[in-house]
Amino acid sequence: MTMFVVATTAIVIAMVLALIRAIAGPSLYDRVLAGNSFGTKTVLLIGLMGFLTGRPDFLDIALLYALINFTGTLAILRFFSYRKPSTAPAEPRRNVDPPQKEGAA
Amino acid sequence: MSEFEAHISPIVLLDLSLLTMLLIVAFAMLRSRHLFAVVMLSGIYSLLSAAFFVSLDAVDVAFTEAAVGAGISTVLMLGGMLLTVRREKPAAKGRAPVALAVVLATGAALLYATIDMPAFGDPNAPANDAVGQRYVEETPNDIAVPNIVTAVLASYRGFDTLGETMVIFTAGIAVILLLGAGSGRGGRKVADREASDHDASNREAK
Repeated sequence: MTMFVVATTAIVIAMVLALIRAIAGPSLYDRVLAGNSFGTKTVLLIGLMGFLTGRPDFLDIALLYALINFTGTLAILRFFSYRKPSTAPAEPRRNVDPPQKEGAA
Repeated sequence: MSEFEAHISPIVLLDLSLLTMLLIVAFAMLRSRHLFAVVMLSGIYSLLSAAFFVSLDAVDVAFTEAAVGAGISTVLMLGGMLLTVRREKPAAKGRAPVALAVVLATGAALLYATIDMPAFGDPNAPANDAVGQRYVEETPNDIAVPNIVTAVLASYRGFDTLGETMVIFTAGIAVILLLGAGSGRGGRKVADREASDHDASNREAK
């Protein structure tokens, strides 16, 4: 029992850390990774919750969450293949501008 | 620390931490103007509330929340973002007090309505009438499903659930027919993006 309590505490702390990265994360990929790892932590948390309450029947739900999390991350990554992130168009321009000035000089 | 938790019951502490994280995510979603961050945070919000529903033994609601909230609606919101801008415009300041007053009045009315609700676990409450009593008593003999709500939803009212599924399936097919399959990637948007990409690569080449 104590072991499950300690493991749950550790997972809740990991969830808080992933949450901080999802809120603060400067780039889009930080947020995708934070959302994905938050889903993984939820799967683990639900598994642990079953053992904490003495009814590990809910492991099936954890399995379903793992599937949904995987599919959701795939869908989000497809989104990047449809449209480049908003930071991407800005960077080439910054790289391109100085050579043009050199050419003009 | 572990002795302290053992006295209070770890499940209560877990519920408290889940609810705290829900609050933090909700305020972060309100504050953020970056739409992609809001979409990711709403997915996280759904996962958190699904975990909370599991903790409340509402397994079927948790299933729905995870599938619809974290799965489908994240994808739908991203698809919507393809058609619009990346950043939310700042809200108009003028109407904020009116909206706040409406929200506060509605919340006060709802809180006032909860006074009429029967006490938690009251045996005379309408929800615990004869039908509920029978389900609680007979489910282990009839179906042997550990969760009674799941037994009612999927077995006692199985045909009802099948009908609901058919309705949603039909609605989904109708929406796909109306929109046209694959319209998210067709149209001018993609062509424009490719053209601008070509421009960028040409400029890089130069």
